Amino acid sequence: MPVIRDELMQVRASDDIVRVRQMVRALAVELGFGLVDQTKIVTAASELARNTLDYGLGGTTLMEVLEENSRIGLRITFEDNGPGIADIDLAMTDGYTSGRGLGLGLSGAKRLSNEFTIESRVGEGTRIAITRWKGR
Amino acid sequence: MERIPILKMGRYLLVTVQVDMHDRLAMTLQDDLTNQIVEHKARAVLIDISTLEIVDSFIGRMLANIAAMSRVLDAMTVVVGMQPSVAITLVELGLSLKGVYTALNVEKGMEFLTTSLSGEDGADAGNTG
Ligand SMILES: Nc1ncnc2c1ncn2[C@@H]1O[C@H](COP(=O)(O)OP(=O)(O)O)[C@@H](O)[C@H]1O
Ligand SMILES: [Mg+2]
Repeated sequence: MPVIRDELMQVRASDDIVRVRQMVRALAVELGFGLVDQTKIVTAASELARNTLDYGLGGTTLMEVLEENSRIGLRITFEDNGPGIADIDLAMTDGYTSGRGLGLGLSGAKRLSNEFTIESRVGEGTRIAITRWKGR
Repeated sequence: MERIPILKMGRYLLVTVQVDMHDRLAMTLQDDLTNQIVEHKARAVLIDISTLEIVDSFIGRMLANIAAMSRVLDAMTVVVGMQPSVAITLVELGLSLKGVYTALNVEKGMEFLTTSLSGEDGADAGNTG
């Protein structure tokens, strides 16, 4: 799938989550996403960037503008080398948290995206990618 | 230290969240509100989020915490001014904001409080500040 542009950001501190939100918003606006679509992808990104920081012990966020069959999408990939997730089904359950959260980040981010993939290995890390296509 | 200002209006407290909240700011706000509810014997807290472009589960949890803590201190919490795009997104995120009242704007929020608290000491407090 052709990537026509990308931006890589570090997620090391809580201020970085704010920066990720701002960058995702700026890209979504630039690509002409509607306000609701912008809000959904920014909210999903905020959830996943926070997980990268809180559970993944920091990592990166890669934003990619995709063009496929003349449609435009925004893919955001969150990657860390943290402890990984032992039971992905459990982690994806609404309300499940191993910390003090509401347990809605993973499941919510999936609902807010058109595509969602998660890969995780205990002791190695976690990679989660979400995509939202324009006008869908 | 950076803080979100809390405005006292009679026996209501008004907080306008104007910045993209980071974690420390949210924690400080919760502490400040707890102290001020006690200090001013506040009957209600109005939180204006009309400038917030998103509410994620972190902010959602902060709002729910403020509501829970206010309830213990016998004060109501009303979140006002949530943008429609934010409200739509919250539903899909799965966040229900249980125990948090919402109103379209500060004025409607005050009306709601005046009605809800009528007959009590604090009922007309919103106009006197
Ligand atoms: N990047 C990650 N690395 C390790 N564990 C994770 C990661 N992201 C999520 N998790 C696990 O999945 C659980 C659910 O995440 P989430 O749905 O965002 O809820 P919350 O953040 O409220 O705990 C977390 O409590 C954590 O145990
Ligand atoms: Mg989370």
